[in-house]
Amino acid sequence: MFHFSNIVRTKGDPKIVESGPSLKRPEDQLARALGWFSIGLGVVEFFAPRRVTETLGMEGHETLVRAFGVREILSGIMSLSVDKNAGLWARVGGDGLDAAALLSGLTSDNPRKGNIALALLMVGGIAMLDYRAAQDTKPRRPPRDARRKLYPNRSGFPKGIESARSKARQIPSHAAAGQS
Amino acid sequence: MKALVWHGKEDIRCDTVTDPEIQDPRDAIIKVTSCAICGSDLHLFHNFIPGMLPGDIMGHETMGEVVEVGSGVDGKLKKGDRIVVPFTIICGECDQCKRGNFSVCETTNRKRHLADKVFGHATAGLFGYTHLTGGYPGGQAEYLRVPFADATHIKVPAGIPDEQLLFLSDIFPTGWQAAVQCDITPTDTVAIWGCGPVGQMAIRSAILLGANQVIAIDCLPERLSMAEAGGATTINFETESVLERLKELTDGRGPEKCIDCVGMESHVISSLPDTLLDRAKQLVMVESDRPHVLREMIYVCRPGGIISVPGVYSGFSDMLPMGAFMNKGLTMRTGQTHVNRWTEDLLRRIEDGEIDPSFVITHTVPLEQGPEMYQVFRDKRDSCVKVVLKP
Ligand SMILES: NC(=O)c1ccc[n+]([C@@H]2O[C@H](COP(=O)([O-])OP(=O)(O)OC[C@H]3O[C@@H](n4cnc5c(N)ncnc54)[C@H](O)[C@@H]3O)[C@@H](O)[C@H]2O)c1
Ligand SMILES: [Zn+2]
Ligand SMILES: [Zn+2]
Repeated sequence: MFHFSNIVRTKGDPKIVESGPSLKRPEDQLARALGWFSIGLGVVEFFAPRRVTETLGMEGHETLVRAFGVREILSGIMSLSVDKNAGLWARVGGDGLDAAALLSGLTSDNPRKGNIALALLMVGGIAMLDYRAAQDTKPRRPPRDARRKLYPNRSGFPKGIESARSKARQIPSHAAAGQS
Repeated sequence: MKALVWHGKEDIRCDTVTDPEIQDPRDAIIKVTSCAICGSDLHLFHNFIPGMLPGDIMGHETMGEVVEVGSGVDGKLKKGDRIVVPFTIICGECDQCKRGNFSVCETTNRKRHLADKVFGHATAGLFGYTHLTGGYPGGQAEYLRVPFADATHIKVPAGIPDEQLLFLSDIFPTGWQAAVQCDITPTDTVAIWGCGPVGQMAIRSAILLGANQVIAIDCLPERLSMAEAGGATTINFETESVLERLKELTDGRGPEKCIDCVGMESHVISSLPDTLLDRAKQLVMVESDRPHVLREMIYVCRPGGIISVPGVYSGFSDMLPMGAFMNKGLTMRTGQTHVNRWTEDLLRRIEDGEIDPSFVITHTVPLEQGPEMYQVFRDKRDSCVKVVLKP
């Protein structure tokens, strides 16, 4: 089987013959996809806010769109990191802000309100995915009050702690005796 | 053979790979009988240490039986010898090796041009670690090639089980060196942050070195209970104020000696606001480490005291209180462990029954279950403290 990583192996080092299963779950892949989507959208919002406001008939709100772009990029980066769960919840919150901003543009005199409705629909769909992913990627750390095994008998000193301590106390007195 | 292979962030798989071969006359190949997962492996699992490539074999705590030796091993090892492999690869001949500074051996890092640029100087080659330390295949595998095998080995006697000897490869000498670096005197209080495997070994070492009082800090009840069993007074930093309790326990003086067994991935919790800021900075790549423990140690350490840092840091740390550090006249000692410097002494202590490092093992599983155990160990599920893998 061809493995891209084998190309960079130092000559003679073990190479992959067959890869075992990955523990990445579908929800991890979804989190990843949403993370990249977030960054992509954020980059558009940040660098071409005018395009966005024109499409939505909301000219004049470029600064807000830029700020939303930064927010998208940050939550995207977080969704791609080991703290993906926090990133996804940040995205869920962001979806709320997006929806609120879009709703404020949904006025009867906006010639592009059709686009806004479409955008709202999209935000709704994405929000559902974000929520799903956030639910499914909850950290698997046991909660603080979970029952745990404790290890009160594992001292590591086969002869007991007191023996270890007293043995240690002998060293300095030896050393002192040696000096005098 | 089977081996645990890094494929990317949080993606370690048990792959079938080609067997290692002798590449150099000074090589040996061992058949691995036991290996373990280390806290350092978690930094790699999270891709927090730069310089990993997909296809890298993990693992640096390994022991086994020699099955093949190169022509240059010069009688120092022979087929059938039982050895523990120190995680630092050493030549035994360079100026640093001669001084006992094995983890900064000047010969064994085969990607030194990289490390020279990043750190200013290349350090020793390490097994199963980043390409900044040579990118050597690691020992979470059925077989391991040991480079510079004539020097890079610890011969161990038959009759003592693997579990008691395995940690001579890393965590036992690491906890020991951390404590030795503190120049412990019989009146000292030694405070130890982090009760993972390294912290547990540091606690026992501080006791064996005669500390008057050992205080251990963590938030996980199972690890705190193990720390207490080893002779430490414990502080749970989620429910108590570390600074207040340390003052209380030292009559307001502060601990004379502080050891950081946590490293760059301090827990991020809202009651420690600096960790939130560090985490945010890590995400946008303006800081690489979360040095909460360093800050706390500098603040609380008694003036004139010593701060010992076995915990791994990878790059840049912000807002270290250098004012306090300098004015309080503190000393900081750090480093990857000079494993072979301590081996003789520690092996004797194990043989004499003074200490049995196997107390720390909570999980023993076949190598194939390694990928799951990375998650269990990372998530601290099932009261996990230390995982041993059997190929
Ligand atoms: N210098 C060396 O040669 C060397 C060798 C081995 C390991 N290490 C390093 O030592 C460190 C510990 O290794 P380990 O195997 O014990 O890992 P580990 O992850 O099991 O243990 C870390 C412990 O620190 C605790 N912790 C996190 N934040 C804390 C805080 N703010 N205060 C107090 N405790 C906190 C965690 O709950 C955990 O129990 C890692 O950084 C590892 O890379 C260094
Ligand atoms: Zn280690
Ligand atoms: Zn050397």
